Amino acid sequence: MSSKYDVLVIGGGNAALCAAISARRGGASVLVLEGAPKFYRGGNTRHTRNMRCAHDAATEILTGPYTEDEFWEDLLRVTGGQTDEVLARHMIRESKDILNWIVDQGVRWQPSLGGTLSLGRTNSFFLGGGRAMLNALYLTAERLGVEVEYDAEVTDLVIADGMFLAARLKRPIKGETELRATSMVAAAGGFEANIEWLKQYWGEAADNFLIRGTPYNRGSILKMLLAKGVQQVGDPTQCHAVAIDARAPKFDGGIITRHDSVVFGIVVNKHAQRFYDEGEDIWPKRYAIWGRLVAAQPDQIAYIIFDATVVTSFMPTLFPPIAGQTVAELAGKLELDPAALEKTIADFNAAVQPGTFDHTILDDCRTEGIVPPKTHWARRIATPPYLAYPVRPGITFTYLGTRVTKEARMLMTDGKPSANMFAAGEIMAGNVLGKGYAAGMGMTIGSVFGRIAGREAAKHARN
Amino acid sequence: MHGTRILDEADRLMTVCNSCRYCEGLCAVFPAMEMRRAFSDGDLNYLANLCHACGACYVDCQFSPPHEFNVNVPKTFAIARAESYAAYTWPQALSGAFARNGLVISIVAALSMAAFILGFAAMNDSGVLFGVHAGPGAFYRLMPHNAMAALFSAAFLYAIFALVMSVRAFWRDIGAPIGGRAEGGSILQAIRDAGELRYLDGGGIGCYNEDDKPTDRRKLYHHLTFYGFLLCFAATSVAALYHYVWGREAPYPWWDLPVVLGTLGGIGLIVGPIGLFAARMRRDPALLDEQRYGMDVGFMAMLFLTGLTGMALLALRETAAMGPLLALHLGAVFALFITMPYGKFVHGIYRFAALVRYAQERRFEAS
Repeated sequence: MSSKYDVLVIGGGNAALCAAISARRGGASVLVLEGAPKFYRGGNTRHTRNMRCAHDAATEILTGPYTEDEFWEDLLRVTGGQTDEVLARHMIRESKDILNWIVDQGVRWQPSLGGTLSLGRTNSFFLGGGRAMLNALYLTAERLGVEVEYDAEVTDLVIADGMFLAARLKRPIKGETELRATSMVAAAGGFEANIEWLKQYWGEAADNFLIRGTPYNRGSILKMLLAKGVQQVGDPTQCHAVAIDARAPKFDGGIITRHDSVVFGIVVNKHAQRFYDEGEDIWPKRYAIWGRLVAAQPDQIAYIIFDATVVTSFMPTLFPPIAGQTVAELAGKLELDPAALEKTIADFNAAVQPGTFDHTILDDCRTEGIVPPKTHWARRIATPPYLAYPVRPGITFTYLGTRVTKEARMLMTDGKPSANMFAAGEIMAGNVLGKGYAAGMGMTIGSVFGRIAGREAAKHARN
Repeated sequence: MHGTRILDEADRLMTVCNSCRYCEGLCAVFPAMEMRRAFSDGDLNYLANLCHACGACYVDCQFSPPHEFNVNVPKTFAIARAESYAAYTWPQALSGAFARNGLVISIVAALSMAAFILGFAAMNDSGVLFGVHAGPGAFYRLMPHNAMAALFSAAFLYAIFALVMSVRAFWRDIGAPIGGRAEGGSILQAIRDAGELRYLDGGGIGCYNEDDKPTDRRKLYHHLTFYGFLLCFAATSVAALYHYVWGREAPYPWWDLPVVLGTLGGIGLIVGPIGLFAARMRRDPALLDEQRYGMDVGFMAMLFLTGLTGMALLALRETAAMGPLLALHLGAVFALFITMPYGKFVHGIYRFAALVRYAQERRFEAS
């Protein structure tokens, strides 16, 4: 038994729902297959909070203009040039209209959240967060007549000559089935929750990674597409990874496991040695590098060390800091060599130069004579209790993906565009993000390419 | 650690929420939370009473159950609110009234209605009790006006005194940050916020009740109930003026101000509580303090009974049923008054105090 839809959307997050809504508004019949149960629907969108869109003037919720050129320069900087300029510039241009389009789909904006004022000009925040955004998109999709199936695991894709024919589906109750559709949009996320796959590139270190988002992003659709002739894009070791609390759950700890405190202290590895300039650039511009830095340390663990004077300088944390009245006591609790930690802190303190502290600018508080230096915001760590957060790499999402055109159409390995297969969101993020990350980009990629993919998929289906 | 398990849980949740803050645009609770890094008992009781139970933060939360972080702010705060009413109540000896509130209220209501019927019967012969009375002073043939006024004033003053004492304890515990009294601006702001139920709107999209769709109508029914109550109160006040200033005795004709106000209010007090009760029965158990069914429903029932007996009295005041209906209505109102400080009624007072405090904090922060 098989049924046929105009557009089949595989995935259930921001990109998938934007594709589904846009295809439905384009006149197509649409089925969304979400592999997760209803509560966990939406992949990593559940954990997001904002989107980076270009705009020429301040709005009710954005404090000033953020031009296409400035967006492009930011992207160029964070990726070190590893991006597809045509595609990226197209996305940035389209992002302007997304600010309004997404509101038409029921999503509501609010000004930047407490503790994120640095994003107030560039990023629009979802009122109620990512799950609220997702709930709004689902309500709109269902009102428009988009059908949604949860717990719908796609086990195989039938593809011939770059043409999608059908998806095989395992449903918990109704069993195996085959679904045909005229067009298909793959918006099923990356593979960061698939530790075995991560190990292919990272080795045993991947066992020490924490996955910040959904446990359902196992990359099965991505793997099928790449195995069936879709062109690959992106470095498989590249991902958006930040340093998160080592006490966080293996999966789905979300935003609240992050730490904003690196710039206020020092970071040491398990040998109690510093390994990178903690004051290199303004937080959050350098926020995203610490996941990879910690991943490169032995046992993929590090400790942010600070003292009592800075406790209220950053957002309150889910897990309390580990405290010691002396450096040695703290070292004991962290299971670090006390003498080594004492020496690291003493050397650091001795290297701190006088200056005027201001964490909002690149201030003149720096060290001299130690390697690595701390080039800004360096202040002595000398007021007990001494405090620490243990951190591990927290993988947010992966960049390995399917290559697409400006129409979000997948490109096959022979260089030809697929007739009816489209991709949006994390599964094709690597087209734009070769490496690095700037806050809110994932949602921009999802909404912009989701909307395009849905429109093009519907157009194909109606022809 | 806090005094109670529910406050420990509220503290855990506020620690989770304060490191997330996605919900800060939904209502007053989360901005108030963000002004703190640690939470005393008083802080948590303040936040719990600031919560209007719109349900949006539960539906919008990526960490709500079945997630292992198990974040359920509406339910936790509903329980904490109920426990705070008992904790602050005056006199403390009566704090147990909240635990089995439905039972307490039904017993008080039944007793006071019975007392009025028996009292009328004892003081009047059955010809008077079941007689047809008309014209000014008809009601007072069953109970002299001064006796009625004295009894109800005493009950009302007691209720006010007990409420003031209770809310004073609450106000002290939630600690005004500026060390001063609530100033006029904050009170006006709180009157506006309470009057329009500003924070019972899911952050603008509407509230949640039985499922994950913002289709809840509690705000409408609460307005009907609350403004119905105020209209009835206004009707009584106008009637008192008529009586004492102009010497005009009840009952008044249907078009006269006390009757018009009372009729509109009575309709609100019948429709509103029915709507709220229906919503309460449909509400997702995940959002509810299920232990406090009696408290929620007891107060709705008292308001409904007050409205219903009042409207019945209006309709049948020129028949032989007037005597018994007057007894029932007075019994209902009397029970409503004296149970006010020990039931769901107090939610309005505590929430109003919390809104004043919030308005204060906002002004303090802005200055």
